[in-house]
Amino acid sequence: MDVILFLIFATIAVVCAINVVVQTHPISSALSLVGVMGSLAVLYLLLGAEFIAAAQVIVYAGAIMVLFIFVIMLLNAGAEVKKGQSTMALFLGVPLLAGLLIVMCWYLQSWFPIGTTVHFGGFQSTAPHTGPLAQSGGSAHEVGIALFTRYLLPFEVTSVLILIAILGAIVLARKEID
Amino acid sequence: MDAFIIISLAKILVVFAVLMTTLAYLQWVERKVIAHIQVRPGPYRVGPHGLLQPLADVIKLITKEDLVPPYVNKPLYLLAPFLAITMALLSISVIPFGPSITVAGHTTFMQLTDLNMGVLFVLAVSSLGVYGIALAGWSSNNKYALIGGLRSSAQMISYELPLSLAIAAPLLISNTLSLRELVDKQDGGIWHWNLIHGGQIISFIIFLIAAFAETNRVPFDLPEAENELVAGFHTEYSSMKFASFFMAEYANMITVSCMATLLFLGGWGAPWPAEYGSSLVPAVIFAFAGVVALYHGINAERRRDKKTFPVFGVIFLIIAVVFLLPMVQGWLVPLFWFCAKTGGILFTFMWIRGTLPRFRYDQLMGFTWKFLFPVAVLNLLVTGFVVALLP
Repeated sequence: MDVILFLIFATIAVVCAINVVVQTHPISSALSLVGVMGSLAVLYLLLGAEFIAAAQVIVYAGAIMVLFIFVIMLLNAGAEVKKGQSTMALFLGVPLLAGLLIVMCWYLQSWFPIGTTVHFGGFQSTAPHTGPLAQSGGSAHEVGIALFTRYLLPFEVTSVLILIAILGAIVLARKEID
Repeated sequence: MDAFIIISLAKILVVFAVLMTTLAYLQWVERKVIAHIQVRPGPYRVGPHGLLQPLADVIKLITKEDLVPPYVNKPLYLLAPFLAITMALLSISVIPFGPSITVAGHTTFMQLTDLNMGVLFVLAVSSLGVYGIALAGWSSNNKYALIGGLRSSAQMISYELPLSLAIAAPLLISNTLSLRELVDKQDGGIWHWNLIHGGQIISFIIFLIAAFAETNRVPFDLPEAENELVAGFHTEYSSMKFASFFMAEYANMITVSCMATLLFLGGWGAPWPAEYGSSLVPAVIFAFAGVVALYHGINAERRRDKKTFPVFGVIFLIIAVVFLLPMVQGWLVPLFWFCAKTGGILFTFMWIRGTLPRFRYDQLMGFTWKFLFPVAVLNLLVTGFVVALLP
């Protein structure tokens, strides 16, 4: 059951991700990205990390992607026109993509022992290979404690980083107005 | 396992049927309330006091020609109303309507599913609801619809911030994300509610204002401002597709009213403990209504009142007696309080629609970013300090 659900939503995520690149219209691409975010949230939920799943939907699907679509609608961007593709990209791109996928598969294979399958609530119980959070579970309480004790410094650094990004955006916008 | 599936299916059926009827009749209630505010009778022709008007509206909407304009972006045009109604109905699934109920030996919660992060679920689903409106506006290929969709997405992103911050303050006090636990912690009368006990009056008002904007209601109904945008984002929609947007708006109204009840007003808890007679209140109200109806049936002013008023009087008295039966009192009285509080907030929605004019667009944006958002942050900070410092 867990594996079937995982396969369904993983397939949706991958198909949507490919669709983001294949679609010529920006709105369709953005919507496919929403699909990726949604199926990722389901995968988190499947692992028992319900807080992260909810945060994924609220932050990515609910806020960031709405802004993307808002901007696309505001600029009224039309569909892209396909230009003549270079043969160079085809010749180099396909082998490089295959190589990258092989390296990724090998890496994942060496990381996880053979026979590890997805099971419901894997994030909460004993999963020795998924980092320090694995032992503590995925509820809001555990995530909060981990964020403000063990990961306090990265958390604060991230917030400063976001603050810098906001300041940068304001500076850029002011230049446009002047 | 089998019992669980059967009970769940039965609960889904009951909640769905009640929700759909409420959606249809909420619109009748709203038309009546606004009509009486504006000193006119409102719907009056179809059935007694227009009571069959929702039925007539449904038949009209279903049998209307379903026109898809040739210039729309068809897949997204068809997807948009579906998204709007799905997201609006989905959040009802985590709302608890009352304590547990025992049917034929099986005890179950009066709630479709009890998530331990119900508040976040409602927030997540409602933040997805904006796609329905934004896509409807964009895919219609119509300038009025596009402006309506743009306005709505900007408005919903902006008002989601004060809304979330206003929700966070009572959550800090109750220390839980489960809607059921939230109500259990506010048990024991009005002085235990987050509104009074937690001093969350400011965040309650912020929540209500932001909820008006999130549901695109007056005074924040700029996405469908009919005197400048024809009908806003649903200009190009007809028949059941238009009806799904309409239903989504009313379902969202019900959801935010339920959330306000659960977060601030103690859910299904009575305003004062049962030992001081709070469980008698519904029976007394219905008995009083029944007696009044009977009195007017005896001293009838019109001839038909002799027949209609006694019938209603007897029905009200039977309901009053039902509220006194000990075997149903355990879940019926909490359900009454929940419906009364939610209904009160829904009435406020209609009251404000009947009395306030629409905001200008720059006022709308300035109000949330320059006033509502800072106040919500301050309120959250103060609440956080108080919760941290008090034992």
